[in-house]
Amino acid sequence: MPKLLNKNYYLILIISAVFGISFWIGFNVNLLPPEASINAPIYDELFKILFIIGLIIFIGMTIAVIYSLFKFRKRKDQFGDGIALEGNLSLEIVWTIIPSIIVLIIGLYSYNIYDRMGGMKELNHSHEMIDSSTEKIWAGISQASNNEVASNNLSVEVSAMQFAFLFNYPKGEFISGELHVPVDHKVSMKMESKDVIHAFWVPEFRIKQDIIPGQPTILNFTPTKVGKYPIICAELCGPYHGGMRASIIVEEESDYKDWFNKNTKTEVSL
Amino acid sequence: MTISIDSQDSNTKSLQPKGWLRYLSFSLDHKVIGIQYLVCGFLFYLIGGTLASAIRIELASPMSDFMPRDVYNQVLTLHGTIMIFLWIVPVVNGAFGNYLIPFYVGARDMAFPRLNAVAFWLIPPSGLMLVASYFIEGAAQAGWTAYPPLSITTPQSGQIIWIMSVLLLGGSSIFGGINFIATIIKLRRPGLKLMQLPMYCWAMLGTSLLVVLSTPVLAGTLILLSFDIVAHTGFFNPVLGGNVVVYQHLFWFYSHPAVYIMVLPAFGLVSEILPVHSRKPLFGYTTMVFSIMGIVVLGLVVWAHHMFTSGTPPWMRLFFTIATAFIAVPTGIKFFNWVATLWGGKISINSAMLFSCGFIINFVFGGITGVALAQVPFDIHVHDTYFVVAHFHYIVYGGTVFIIFSSIYHWFPKVTGKLMSEKLGIIHFAITFIGFNLCFAPQHWLGLNGMPRRVAEYDPQFQFVNQISSIGALLMAISTIPFLINIFLSIKDGKNSGDNPWNALTPEWLTSSPPPVENWKGEAPLVEEPYGYGKPISKEN
Repeated sequence: MPKLLNKNYYLILIISAVFGISFWIGFNVNLLPPEASINAPIYDELFKILFIIGLIIFIGMTIAVIYSLFKFRKRKDQFGDGIALEGNLSLEIVWTIIPSIIVLIIGLYSYNIYDRMGGMKELNHSHEMIDSSTEKIWAGISQASNNEVASNNLSVEVSAMQFAFLFNYPKGEFISGELHVPVDHKVSMKMESKDVIHAFWVPEFRIKQDIIPGQPTILNFTPTKVGKYPIICAELCGPYHGGMRASIIVEEESDYKDWFNKNTKTEVSL
Repeated sequence: MTISIDSQDSNTKSLQPKGWLRYLSFSLDHKVIGIQYLVCGFLFYLIGGTLASAIRIELASPMSDFMPRDVYNQVLTLHGTIMIFLWIVPVVNGAFGNYLIPFYVGARDMAFPRLNAVAFWLIPPSGLMLVASYFIEGAAQAGWTAYPPLSITTPQSGQIIWIMSVLLLGGSSIFGGINFIATIIKLRRPGLKLMQLPMYCWAMLGTSLLVVLSTPVLAGTLILLSFDIVAHTGFFNPVLGGNVVVYQHLFWFYSHPAVYIMVLPAFGLVSEILPVHSRKPLFGYTTMVFSIMGIVVLGLVVWAHHMFTSGTPPWMRLFFTIATAFIAVPTGIKFFNWVATLWGGKISINSAMLFSCGFIINFVFGGITGVALAQVPFDIHVHDTYFVVAHFHYIVYGGTVFIIFSSIYHWFPKVTGKLMSEKLGIIHFAITFIGFNLCFAPQHWLGLNGMPRRVAEYDPQFQFVNQISSIGALLMAISTIPFLINIFLSIKDGKNSGDNPWNALTPEWLTSSPPPVENWKGEAPLVEEPYGYGKPISKEN
């Protein structure tokens, strides 16, 4: 049989096919829920990159294993051993350095993503922010600086307990079981648990923060899409953990104001 | 010194029961203890697997309708605890370590045979105690992580029994670790250099260092937790001024290395199996040794990646991200070397080989999701969801449990002198591999799309994918049937394997199968090249 291509061309062909397939899947297969906060598209960008790199490595390794099993299988008429190849220093160096570089780049890139999400902002000094000077604040992502909290459009105090979330709107002096927020406004939440550890998770916002007893945590986000999304407790908190859910309702500013005023008034009339 | 201990033990050994009864005795023979670990671990695997099936039945429908909610939490707590502390850790360390390490170093037994027997006999009572706690006031229900304050506020008896049981199992693990370190360092036959040891010895040396360094921290943490529960101290109880995040740091200081305590021995075992069945030397021995030690060092400084949503300062998140992601480098080196070991070999495609290759594919997948999870912004969305459940099952089941099966197929002739049925072995592999991937691959999607872990009920939109996952779990349960049939048929009337059916060069095969009580009839052979396939030394055999 005439040799059309030499071995290296086949290798290049296979590698490009692996890259092609991985990129195609990475760009065309969506595994994530809809994006509804400014964090979400940033997160999805990171996800896409990691997904593509992961696919390249996974498909490449799987092909290598299956190809070896097929190509180097012992035929019936074969006896004896394979080649006595004990190692190859340059190969070892290659597959130490290349993964190190990939890992380092991913690390720096995710640092950048994390920074864009607001996670790298300086940790606040609790006594400047909170009335009680003994209170410790632990920050989640998108933590606000002092000024931001002061000028924030909406600050909400979240208290979690077995098995419910309660949302206190300090400006309106009322408590709600649903979290209503205006679209495209930054929301700053101070969260505290009354009993065990809970977590505040909105999959469409790609944010999660534990709610810890005795230690307030803060979490900021900016919703970008009107709609109703689930708030899910993500930390095992007891028998009804699976049922511990609430809703976040993102609405146009006018709708939000109506809801806010309605609730404030009811509270006053009581 | 060692000689006198040896002769003393051989006197004791001759007084011990013969036949299958010796497996129920306080035997000092490392080979008997190894089998005791394996069979005991497998029985607990069946219990843990039954609990896993119960979880998947509950999750086949969105409502909590199969069992009461608090029972569900007990089931998931027991499932995790049993699988980790009573199946994987005792089997990859205790069972294979005890059986193989003395052969590999050319010794007639472990360094401390009595400590070894004590280490094993701590396991059955603590395991039974753990299972029995369900029938008292209900088992622990705070998850295998036992985070306070939940573990302080749930019914006390279950949680206290859980703590006692894990403490005893941790003690057993420490005894074993000390024994392995002493055996590998001190009992090597004269002339055998460290860099000539089979790779499993290095893996066990690394693992035992992790066991000895980190398990005492878990013990201390759980003792403090038990004080909080019974004596109402306030170490971790926020009502009394305690700090719940401190518990998480202490807990994960052991429990992340625990992942390496579960996978490093598997890395060692697969390094023994692949060269034999592909008839090639292990590729890159020296780098393999250094990568094990690299994993040990890095494994100790990555624990806080379990706490990215707990409230940790940004610099800490950054440090733990980079440290965690860098574990991929030594781990990756090992996988490239294994594929290079296959490359150019004369591979026998048998059950042991298939399970090992299944391990490579599954573990690479789990490793990739692991690097992704190490990235703080990625982790924040999927932490405590089914994505994480899928990830760690790819590591501990798709990784370690596949290697346990591979090792059983590989060393069964050594222990019994009989061959296992390849036909049933391949059926076992096929059902396990398909069932496993069907069960856990879809769970990645569930986690990304909003299903948290440890829930008995979920959003009905996830029902279809959960049912696929449950079908996979059913296949995994079914897969144990051909395996058990194979074991019993092969013990009863398997074909005679001869002493060395695989023509292997590692020292355990250079004696009769099954081996005599003292391992070798004469002197232990000096094996300078345990992987010398394709060399003149191998052709002589």
